[in-house]
Amino acid sequence: MSKTYYEPSDLRKFGKITEWSEELGTKFFDYYNSVFEEGALTSREKSLIALAVSHTEKCPYCIDAYSKDGLQRGITKEEMMEAVHVGSAIKSGAVLVHGVQMMNKVNKLDG
Amino acid sequence: MKQLKSLHKRESLLAESNKQLEILSDGLFKSGELPTFKEKISEINRFPLKPKQLEILQINLGYMCNQVCEHCHVDAGPDRKEIMTKETMLQCLKIIKTTGAHTLDLTGGAPEMNPNFRWFVEKASKVGIKDFIVRSNLTIIRANKKYHDLPDFFKKYNVHVISSMPHWTRGKTDKQRGSGVFDQSISALKSLNAIGYGMPNSNLKLDLVYNPSGAFLPSNQASMEKDFKRALKEDFNIHFHNLFAITNLPISRFLDYLIASDNYEDYMYALVEAYNPEAVANVMCTNTISVSWDGWLYDCDFNQMLDLKVASKVQHINDYNETLLQNRHIIVSQHCYGCTAGAGSSCQGTLA
Repeated sequence: MSKTYYEPSDLRKFGKITEWSEELGTKFFDYYNSVFEEGALTSREKSLIALAVSHTEKCPYCIDAYSKDGLQRGITKEEMMEAVHVGSAIKSGAVLVHGVQMMNKVNKLDG
Repeated sequence: MKQLKSLHKRESLLAESNKQLEILSDGLFKSGELPTFKEKISEINRFPLKPKQLEILQINLGYMCNQVCEHCHVDAGPDRKEIMTKETMLQCLKIIKTTGAHTLDLTGGAPEMNPNFRWFVEKASKVGIKDFIVRSNLTIIRANKKYHDLPDFFKKYNVHVISSMPHWTRGKTDKQRGSGVFDQSISALKSLNAIGYGMPNSNLKLDLVYNPSGAFLPSNQASMEKDFKRALKEDFNIHFHNLFAITNLPISRFLDYLIASDNYEDYMYALVEAYNPEAVANVMCTNTISVSWDGWLYDCDFNQMLDLKVASKVQHINDYNETLLQNRHIIVSQHCYGCTAGAGSSCQGTLA
C-alpha cells in the first residue's frame, strides 16, 4: 500500500476504474473521449482548456497528462503558461469578486 | 552550434548494441509487467513478421554528421568515421539497377559529407528509380561554402529532399538539435524555396520530418502539418509539401536520454499503451531493406543501429539476392513498439 495519497504511476491505471463498474466506467470514457475530439473547438484549444482546468482543480494526474498532451501537440511552454494564468486569474477573481458581498454587508450594517 | 560527443566517442555502455538490446528485454518486459513486441504481434497472428513487396531501398552513406542531435538513433556526429567507400557504392549501384524497389532513400549521418556523395547521386539518378530521396539535415547546406550549392545540385538530379525540423520555434529546435540549428535550417529552407523546392504545385519535393523533442509521442500528423505550415509561412514565408511525424525509438542516444532523465519506464508504457495493431501491417521493415555504410543488410535503419542483421542467407550486398531476402523473417524487439504506436511511424510518416 502506498504511503502517499498521490502515486504518479496510478495515472496509468485510470482505465482500470472500469473493472469495478463496467457500464459507468465505459460511459465515462466514451464521454471523455468524445469531448476531446475536434469540434467547434480544435483539439489543441481543448488541450489548453484542460490544462488550465487541471490547475484550478489542482489535479496532479491531470497536470501530468495535459502537460504531456500539450507537448505532443506542439504547444509551446509560453502558450501553456498563459493558459495556466487564465485559470489562475479566474480562480483569484472568483475569490476577489466575493469582496463585493463583504462590501454589501459592511455597508448594510454600518453604512 | 551545440557540440556534444557521440556515445561511441564517450565510450558509453549504450554505444554497444548488445547493451541496448539487453535493456530493452529486461525490466518491465522480463517481469511480465508489459508484453514483449513478439507477444503483442502474436495476438494478431503477425509473428513471425514477414516482408511484403520491396518498395524502398534505404542506403546509409555513413554515420558522420555536422550535428550531434540529442535524440539521434544513429549516434551520428563529427566524431564518427564510418563512411561508405566508393567500392561499396559501386556494389550498391549494381543492386539499384536490378531492384524491384521504386524508392531509393539515402541517409546518414549527413549523407552529403561522404566525399563520393555527388558522384553516387549522379550515377544512381541515371538508373531510373521513381522516387530518389536524400535525407538532408538542412544545416549542412549552410555549414561550409562547399555545400552552399547543394540545393542546385539536388535540383539538377531531381532529388526529393526530406529534412528534419523538430519545431517551428527556435527554442525547441535548438534544444534538440543544437544551438544555432534553427536559424541555419530556416536559411537553408529559404534557399531551397528560392529554386522551387517545396513551393505549391512544384515538382521539386521538399518534405519535413517532425520528431518530438523529448519523452513524448508525436500527435496527429495532419494537425501538426497544419501548424507547421501556418507558422513557417507566417514567420518566414517558408513553404514545404508534407510533414512526416516520426516517433523516437528507444535506442542509442534517445535511449540514453530516456534513462538519464528517468523517463524510460513511462516512455515504454506510453509506447505499449499506444500500440495500434492496424499499424503492424504497414511497418516499414515489411517494404524496406536498409544497407549500412559497410554493405550489411538490415530490416530497417533501427535494426541497423542495433546490429540486428537480416535473418537470411544473404546478409551483405556482395551476395544481394532480392528473392531470397523476401523469404526472411523480420527481427523484432521492444524498440519496434515505436513504429506501431498511435498512427504508426516510419521514415515516410504515419502508417495507419
